[in-house]
Amino acid sequence: MSLLLELNDHGLYCAAGDFYIDPWQPVHRALVTHAHADHSRPGSAHYLIAEASLPVSRWRLGAEAPIETIPYHKPIEINGVRISYHPAGHIIGSAQIRVEYRGEVWVASGDYKIAPDPTCAPFEPVPCHTFITEATFGLPIYRWPEEAAVFGEVNDWWRQNQADGKASVIFAYALGKAQRVMTGIDPTIGPIFVHGAVNNMNRMVAQAGLSLPHSTYVNEAPAKTDWSQALIIAPTSARGTPWLRRFGAISTAFASGWMLVRGQRRRRSVDRGFVLSDHVDWEGLMLSVAATGAERVLVTHGNVPVVARYLREARGIEAYGLATPYGTDDDDATAEESE
Amino acid sequence: MKRFTDLYSRLDSTTKTNEKIAAMVDYFNGAPAADAAWAIYFLSGRRPKRLIQSRRLREWAAALTDIPDWLLVECHSAVGDSAETAALLLPAAAHSSDLPLHQWLETRILPLRELDDEQMKQQVLAWWATLDGMERFVLNKLLTGSFRVGVSQRLLTRALAQQSGIDEATVAHRLMGHWEPTPDFVAALLSHETTDADVSRPYPFFLAYALEETPVVLGSVEEWLVEWKWDGIRAQLVRRHGQSFLWSRGEELVSDRYPEVIAAAEALPDGTVLDGELLAWADGKVLPFAQLQRRIGRKSIGKKLLRDVPVLLLCYDLLEWQGKDVRHQSQWWRRERLAELLAAVDRPHLPLSEIVESDSWEALATIREESRDRLVEGFMLKRKSSPYRVGRRRGDWWKWKIDPYTIDAVLIYAQRGSGRRASLYSDYTFAVWDEGELVPFAKAYSGLTDAEMRRVDNFVRRNTRERFGPVRSVTPKLVFELAFENIQRSNRHKSGIAVRFPRILRWREDKQIEEADTLDTIKAMLP
Ligand SMILES: [Zn+2]
Ligand SMILES: [Zn+2]
Repeated sequence: MSLLLELNDHGLYCAAGDFYIDPWQPVHRALVTHAHADHSRPGSAHYLIAEASLPVSRWRLGAEAPIETIPYHKPIEINGVRISYHPAGHIIGSAQIRVEYRGEVWVASGDYKIAPDPTCAPFEPVPCHTFITEATFGLPIYRWPEEAAVFGEVNDWWRQNQADGKASVIFAYALGKAQRVMTGIDPTIGPIFVHGAVNNMNRMVAQAGLSLPHSTYVNEAPAKTDWSQALIIAPTSARGTPWLRRFGAISTAFASGWMLVRGQRRRRSVDRGFVLSDHVDWEGLMLSVAATGAERVLVTHGNVPVVARYLREARGIEAYGLATPYGTDDDDATAEESE
Repeated sequence: MKRFTDLYSRLDSTTKTNEKIAAMVDYFNGAPAADAAWAIYFLSGRRPKRLIQSRRLREWAAALTDIPDWLLVECHSAVGDSAETAALLLPAAAHSSDLPLHQWLETRILPLRELDDEQMKQQVLAWWATLDGMERFVLNKLLTGSFRVGVSQRLLTRALAQQSGIDEATVAHRLMGHWEPTPDFVAALLSHETTDADVSRPYPFFLAYALEETPVVLGSVEEWLVEWKWDGIRAQLVRRHGQSFLWSRGEELVSDRYPEVIAAAEALPDGTVLDGELLAWADGKVLPFAQLQRRIGRKSIGKKLLRDVPVLLLCYDLLEWQGKDVRHQSQWWRRERLAELLAAVDRPHLPLSEIVESDSWEALATIREESRDRLVEGFMLKRKSSPYRVGRRRGDWWKWKIDPYTIDAVLIYAQRGSGRRASLYSDYTFAVWDEGELVPFAKAYSGLTDAEMRRVDNFVRRNTRERFGPVRSVTPKLVFELAFENIQRSNRHKSGIAVRFPRILRWREDKQIEEADTLDTIKAMLP
């Protein structure tokens, strides 16, 4: 008997409904959980996304892409399969996709987190028989600190840099993390500047209705800007590039869940690491799985064998890995880029 | 402890010298002397003995959080460090304590020795509940005797000098030797008075850099004193107030281990400090380093070992003469006094290092070819006019080493590194051919660029054959050129040989594994 959702070489396929979830090859119908590049790929003939994801997905998939949107919680039918989208708490417009057919319910969570994030609707556990979970930070060493404490550290670092006459450059993934940093820090400390990639994303999320503190695109900064007072938000790709030279003396920081581990912090060679992730931590993952009541869990995206084995042995849940190209499989070094 | 943890975090998060110094100066400005004493103790690389095995710490943390063994192995492998793994596994602190560093050490950590296993465990678990993540990590490092921080002795010296206004050389000298981390020590260390009473205290060693180019750039050969570069243990012999002290370069007092040298030192006048090299020596010839190794780390030396591996101190330099610090005198002046002194005492266990005379660098280069046969590593070049400086400096002393042995070998095992390389497969075992089989013969950790290391890491992940804990065996495909300094027969190694200081010279992407060297080629290099 075939499963409701199964992997083939294009992606996760629902034969009953004849659609794919987050396909990595162009298909005729793609249901997409969120607008990060490893999940949302151009070229498909038809897309269905959560309403709040429209501006960023439009930017990702192209102006001509045939995109249809759906509000959270509203069920629709595709070829007799009942579909609804539910908030995943990962980035703006991110969704878990609930698929129901002949009384059997599956939920594909895409990427998710349960920590609060003012830039998106909070994760909701959706009861199901089979839950597809990510495992980016699927080891018990990953336990996220309170956001308030992290942002307190960011604010202190920024103030200290101001006192030392250094610009504060924080590297953060342009979609999601960058906006989360902006809404988390204290904007009264000083002016905020953004790299072009972050500026683009800010415009998109503003279109989606999110309000962010005021920021200036670095290229449009006045000629005599005193960078030493500024917080500059740039994508990780700007690390170590000549683009940074314009700011004079800088202190660099990286906002990522990987910053919890000392070796990872040191390898990034930034001055500071702030532990801020858009993925669920170990405990959050276990809680979420339990909250769905799922009797079967499929694991993708990160520490797949570890999470699957733990769920089987310690929680007695039927669990196994799904080989998907989301995130990366075994390469810690690049996993951060997929956040 | 919070203040010390902050200092650790600041030092750990920067590679910039000025920021490290600033962090230490800030710390010493604010810390009470009792805490500063312990901070200096740790920053200068001193460590109390390990109290708890690091493996036990992570096991306790796993048990506390219900983590099965296999999952603990995964966590440890991702983090690369037991103390950190334990710190990360634990939930956030229930409440927080801020006991000062010296009280942590004196009333808590060091008294752990008195406890039995179970008491120790209960104690540590209770402490964990009062510390946040980074403090917990620092505590774990202290408990396991593995606290390390990226600060050189020189940097610490500069920070203390800057903070106290005392000159660096004085601070460096006062930091040497054996001392207790007490407020009195800090007071004496940072005192503006000049009487330094400690009889046993050695001087900071002057260390040379390797000369990477031809010595012709150093100017006329006549300005240089040339000696053989020996492969032994650099040491200082201190003779004051009728007592003798032998210090290794690691600032370890090793007097007990070399009784024959200490006996010879009796003949030295009070107020003498010699710099030299401990060498195993018999029948007028140096013995291989492996022989000397039998004497290292032995606290009590049996008669047989004393007879089989006699040790002497080959003297290079004179740092204190007639009770006066003479390091500011020229190399040549010190050498002449040293020669007179050693001739006067005339002890076979205190020979004078030979000067290699020559009228040109070319002639010296020819003589240098004899190095391997003489079991030396090349030449030491010392500017005749130079003072005896502090620490590793360029300019006046150079190591002019012979080219290392090189060989092409095949990567067969890989392990994750530690620290900055914790998540990369960066520690390798290499093999050479022996009768159609690859036999492991050397481990090497360094020599690749970061980019190459990432590529090898990728290769390892894709070509793993078997996993044994943190080690993976990989399909033999990659060939590397290795360099090493020395080669000896060894029964402890499967290959039957042991090499000194193996390192990766380059990745031979142009070579197939069939082109790697054989064990016989290496054995032919045996002296
Ligand atoms: Zn994502
Ligand atoms: Zn993803």
